[in-house]
Amino acid sequence: MWLFLATEILFFGGLFAAYALFRWSYPESFRAGSHELDIVLGAVNTAVLIASSLTMALAVRGAQVGRARLTAGLLAATVALGLVFLAIKGVEYHHKHVEHHVPGPAFIFEGSGSEHAEMFFVLYFAMTGLHALHMVIGVGLLAALIPFAWRGAYTPENHNFLEGAGLYWHFVDVVWIFLFPLLYLVGRHSLH
Amino acid sequence: MSVHVLPLRTYVLVFLALMVFTAITVAAAFLDLGPLNTVIMIGIAGTKATLVVLYFMHVRYASRLIPIVILAGLFTLFILITLLFSDYGNRGWLGVEGR
Repeated sequence: MWLFLATEILFFGGLFAAYALFRWSYPESFRAGSHELDIVLGAVNTAVLIASSLTMALAVRGAQVGRARLTAGLLAATVALGLVFLAIKGVEYHHKHVEHHVPGPAFIFEGSGSEHAEMFFVLYFAMTGLHALHMVIGVGLLAALIPFAWRGAYTPENHNFLEGAGLYWHFVDVVWIFLFPLLYLVGRHSLH
Repeated sequence: MSVHVLPLRTYVLVFLALMVFTAITVAAAFLDLGPLNTVIMIGIAGTKATLVVLYFMHVRYASRLIPIVILAGLFTLFILITLLFSDYGNRGWLGVEGR
């Protein structure tokens, strides 16, 4: 699992590198673009995802101490929080669509920094989209594990599969921990 | 796999620390600190990520091999970004048309 996650660092890393390069090239556009994102929804989603990491970690702990029902319940809570995250993300995507901030022929952005603002939104959708895809996979994986956990398949002696699924979930959380400030919090102060 | 069971308290404390750091980074984003803004942002994100990796992902209690694998991934990313910037950062020095 850890080797897979090391490759995932580079999967996302390519996008982080592109982000760094374009932000360095067009700082004004990135500030203007970032300002258009909903900081409240972003912050709430960060809290939701951190909470889901807690329930995931506690689910693994439940298996470690041999509490099958508790483990299944905590997994269900993790899945529910993951779905809340994706729902909020969907609302944000819808806002971007209505505001014509989806890159493409319909893209409209006015004001200072508009020249390269589309690049910011390309990266916004690429990075959050890839992250959301990982979330969808994670939600599906954890949901599939709930019945196994309920029947006590994960014991204190062997809960490797659950631990691995947890590592994946935490990794996706860590990616968001970086995405949130880089996308939502750039130049909040300079445009008021 | 580690058989080390962390106390419930550890998980809750890490969770609370992550929430507090999130609040700090949002608040700091509204202050105009110049280049320090980005430094604080990345610093806090790095601290939060480290907490998740060490405690939620149990790396602190895992074998030495695990941090080596993680650092190998991070180091490769570091090489990628360094080479990217050493390319883009130095273009145009010679004034060649079309760069």
